[in-house]
Amino acid sequence: MGEMQLMRGNEAIAESAIRAGCKNYFAYPITPQAELLQWMAVHMPEVEGGTFLQAESEIGAINMVYGAASAGERTMTSSSSPGISLKQEGISYLAGANLPAVIVNIMRGGPGLGNIQPAQGDYFQATKGGGHGDYHTITLAPSTVPEAAQLTYDAFDLADKYRTPVTVLADGMIGQMMEPVELPERKDREEIPQKPWATTGAQGRKGNVIKSFALGGEDLKAMNLARFERYEEIKKKEVRSEEVNVEGSEVVIAAFGTVARIVKSTIRLAQEDGLKIGLFRPITVWPFPGEQLNELSKRVDTVLTVEMNSGQMVEDVRLSVKSGTETPFYGEVGGVVPTPGGILEEVKQYV
Amino acid sequence: MEDYSTVISGFGGQGVILAGKILARTGMETGFQVTWLPSYGPEMRGGTANCTAIISSELIGSPIVDNPSALIAMNPPSLDKFKGTVGEDGLIVVNTSLVDEPEERDNVTVAGVPLNEIAQEIGNQKAINMVALGAWAKFTEGIDLEDVVRGMELTLTDMGKERFIESNGEALKRGYGYIK
Amino acid sequence: MSDKATSVKKKDMTKVVGKPDSMNDTHFSYCPGCHHGIINRLIGEAIDELGIQEETIGTAPVGCSVFLYKWFDIDVVQPPHGRVSAVATGIKRARPDKTVFAYQGDGDFASIGTNNSVHAANRGENITVFFINNTLYGMTGGEMAPTTLIGQKTTTTPGGRKAKDFGYPIKMSEMLARLDGPTYITRQAVYDVPRIKSAKEAIVKGFRNQIEGKGYSLIEILSACPINWGLDPVEAVERIKDEVEAVYPLGDIIDRG
Ligand SMILES: Cc1ncc(C[n+]2csc(CCOP(=O)(O)OP(=O)(O)O)c2C)c(N)n1
Ligand code: SF4
Ligand SMILES: [Mg+2]
Repeated sequence: MGEMQLMRGNEAIAESAIRAGCKNYFAYPITPQAELLQWMAVHMPEVEGGTFLQAESEIGAINMVYGAASAGERTMTSSSSPGISLKQEGISYLAGANLPAVIVNIMRGGPGLGNIQPAQGDYFQATKGGGHGDYHTITLAPSTVPEAAQLTYDAFDLADKYRTPVTVLADGMIGQMMEPVELPERKDREEIPQKPWATTGAQGRKGNVIKSFALGGEDLKAMNLARFERYEEIKKKEVRSEEVNVEGSEVVIAAFGTVARIVKSTIRLAQEDGLKIGLFRPITVWPFPGEQLNELSKRVDTVLTVEMNSGQMVEDVRLSVKSGTETPFYGEVGGVVPTPGGILEEVKQYV
Repeated sequence: MEDYSTVISGFGGQGVILAGKILARTGMETGFQVTWLPSYGPEMRGGTANCTAIISSELIGSPIVDNPSALIAMNPPSLDKFKGTVGEDGLIVVNTSLVDEPEERDNVTVAGVPLNEIAQEIGNQKAINMVALGAWAKFTEGIDLEDVVRGMELTLTDMGKERFIESNGEALKRGYGYIK
Repeated sequence: MSDKATSVKKKDMTKVVGKPDSMNDTHFSYCPGCHHGIINRLIGEAIDELGIQEETIGTAPVGCSVFLYKWFDIDVVQPPHGRVSAVATGIKRARPDKTVFAYQGDGDFASIGTNNSVHAANRGENITVFFINNTLYGMTGGEMAPTTLIGQKTTTTPGGRKAKDFGYPIKMSEMLARLDGPTYITRQAVYDVPRIKSAKEAIVKGFRNQIEGKGYSLIEILSACPINWGLDPVEAVERIKDEVEAVYPLGDIIDRG
C-alpha cells in the first residue's frame, strides 16, 4: 500500500482503475464526472498500451467498451445519469455476450436533464437490469472516496471472474468530494486472468465468437440459464453489507452510498440526544443483502429507509425484512442532499 | 481536538476552492480525518463559489454540515447566505475590504479582516484567501499556523506552483498577525 | 428604468436602443466575452423583424445556452443533448405552419448528435438550424469537441489535439453541403460590426427560407469561449481571426434557395 493522498472521488476511481489493470477507457464528458475523464486523459497515455478515447457519444463509448472487452482487455467507461441511460443498450449486449467491463455512474438529479446535484434516482436502473432483456450487473455502491477506489479495483476482478459487466454506483457528492485515500497497488499483468474466450485472432485454435444472439429458443434459454447460474453463485459469494451500531437499537436506518455516510453523522447526533439508532448499509446493491437484512430485522422494530430518490431501495428492504417489521421511508429528491439533522428529525418519529 | 467544519465562500477567482483544499491537506498532514466538498457546475460561472472543509479527530460522516464551526466570507453574498448557519461558539472571518463587519452574534466570534488591503500590501492580490486562512488559524486549537503553512506548501508543490509558496506564506502570517 | 422601456415601439420609427421585443430583460448568464449572447440577440432581432414572435418555437440545447428559454419571450422546448435536430423535426412535422429553430453547440450538433444532424439535413427538413462552433465543450469544463483544432489544448487534450488519436476538426457545414437535402448552408462570425451584420442577414435568410417552405437552412457561427480558451475577450477574437477561420472559412457554402 502506498501513501495517503488527498483525492477527489472521480480522480481516485480513475487512478484505481488504472492500477487494477484497466487498459482501455472510453467516455464522453458530463458533469459531475468530468474530472474522471480528465484524469484519464492525462494518465492513461502513461500506461503501456493504454487507450484513452473521448468518444463521440455515450453510445459510441459503450460500444467501444464492447469491442475492447471482446478483445480480452480490462475496459471501463464512466458517465452520469443521462449518459448512463444512453449506454443501456450496450450494457444489455455486454451482459448478453457475457463480457466483463466496468461502468461507473456518478449519479445526478433526474429524470431527463434534471440537474447536476447528487442523487440516487438510478437505483432501479442499476439493480433491476436497466436495458432490455433478462440480466443484472453486479452493482457496488461506495459511500466514501477510499471505498470508491477499492470497489472500482474489485469491480475489475468481479467482472473477469463472472464474465459480467459491473456497475460502480456513486453520486455527485462522492465524485466531487476529496478525502484521504491509500490507493491499491498496481496489478501486474500476470495477476489478471487469461481470457481464452476472447477474440484475439484464431491463431492455432478454433475461432471464438462473441455474441448475445441465439435464434433458436432452446439455445437462448441455455445461454440465459447459464448466466443465471452464475448469478446464483454471485449471490452466495459476493454479497457485501455493513452494520453500524445495530446491537440494542430498536430503529435501524437502511441507506446506501452518500446517504449512508450522512447517517453515520446522524447516529452521533442521536447519541448526544440519548437515542440509539443503527445503520444497515448494502455495499452490493445487486445482489441485495436480503438475508443479512432479514436476520437483522428479527432484532429490531423499525427499518427506516433513507434515499436520495422517491423510494427505490425501500422495495428491496420491504421484500427482505421479517413480516411485521415497520418499514417507513424518507427521501430527498431533486439533487437535495439530506442532512444529519434532517434525518434525525425523521428518526425521532419512530423511537 | 474539536471538529473544525469551515465553509469558505466568495466570488469565483477569489481562491475559495484552493483555500479549502489547503485546509483539508493541513488537517490530513496533521493527523486528522478530513473531507472537502466544493459547490460545482455552471452556477459557479461568474457567481459565488463555496466549499466545505471538515477536520476531525473522528470518522467524518457527512461532508456537509447544518451548522459549520467557522465561515470565511470573502464577499457580501457569501456573508448573507451563510452567516445565520454558523454554530454555537463559532467563528466568522469576514473580508472587511468588501463587506461591513456584521454585528456580533451571541456566542459567535466575528473577526473582520481587510483581506484585499493586506494582500495588496504584500504585493500579491491573489493571496486574499491565504490572509483569510491565516486569520482562521489564530482561533484553532490543535492546528497551528505552521501546520497551515505546511499544508499550503504541499498543496502548491503538488500543483507545480512552488513559485507562489513564499508570498502565500507571507500572506498566511500577515492574516494570523492581524488578529490581536 | 428597464432596458426595454427605452426601446421605441412605434412601427414607423427605428429601434436604436434596448433588447428585441421577442426577448425580455433577464440578464444573460454567459461569461464576459462569450459570443452566445450576441448570437441569441441577433436571433431575437430577426424574429422581431420578420414579425414571427408568436409563430416561433425555439429549442434550448444542453450546453451553455441551455438557459435560452429564460431570455426569449417565445415557446421553447428543451431537448436531450444532441437530439435537437430530431426534436425540431418532430415539432415542425406536428406544426408545419410554425417557424422552428434548432440551436446547437458543436458538441451537441457535431458529436453526440451527428446522426440526427445529418439526417435532418438529408431529409431537407424545413427548419432553421443555428450551429454554434466554439471549438470545444463550454458547459462541461472545456473538453475537446470534434471541431477542436489540431494542437488545441483542452481539458481532455492536455497536450493539444493530435490527429493520430482524435482525428481532425470536423467540417460539418462542408460535409452537409455534399448532400442533396439542404437548401442553404453558411458560416458566419460575430466579432465585429461587418461580421455581425452579415450574420444577422444569414439568420434572417434562414428563417425566411423556412417561412417560404424552401427547406433546410444551416447557419454555423464561429463563437468565442474566452473562459475555456484561457484568453481574454479581445485575444479570443484574435484567435478566431487568426486560427479558427483558417480551418473554418467564413461565407456561404451552398445557396439553392
Ligand atoms: C447524454 C448526455 N451526455 C452528456 C451531457 C453533458 N453535457 C452537457 S453540455 C455538453 C456539451 C456542451 O458543448 P457544446 O454542445 O459544444 O455547447 P457549448 O457549451 O460549448 O455552447 C455535454 C457533454 C449531457 N447533458 N447529456
Ligand atoms: S464557458 Fe464559454 S461558451 Fe460557456 S458561457 Fe462561458 S464563454 Fe460562453
Ligand atoms: Mg461548444
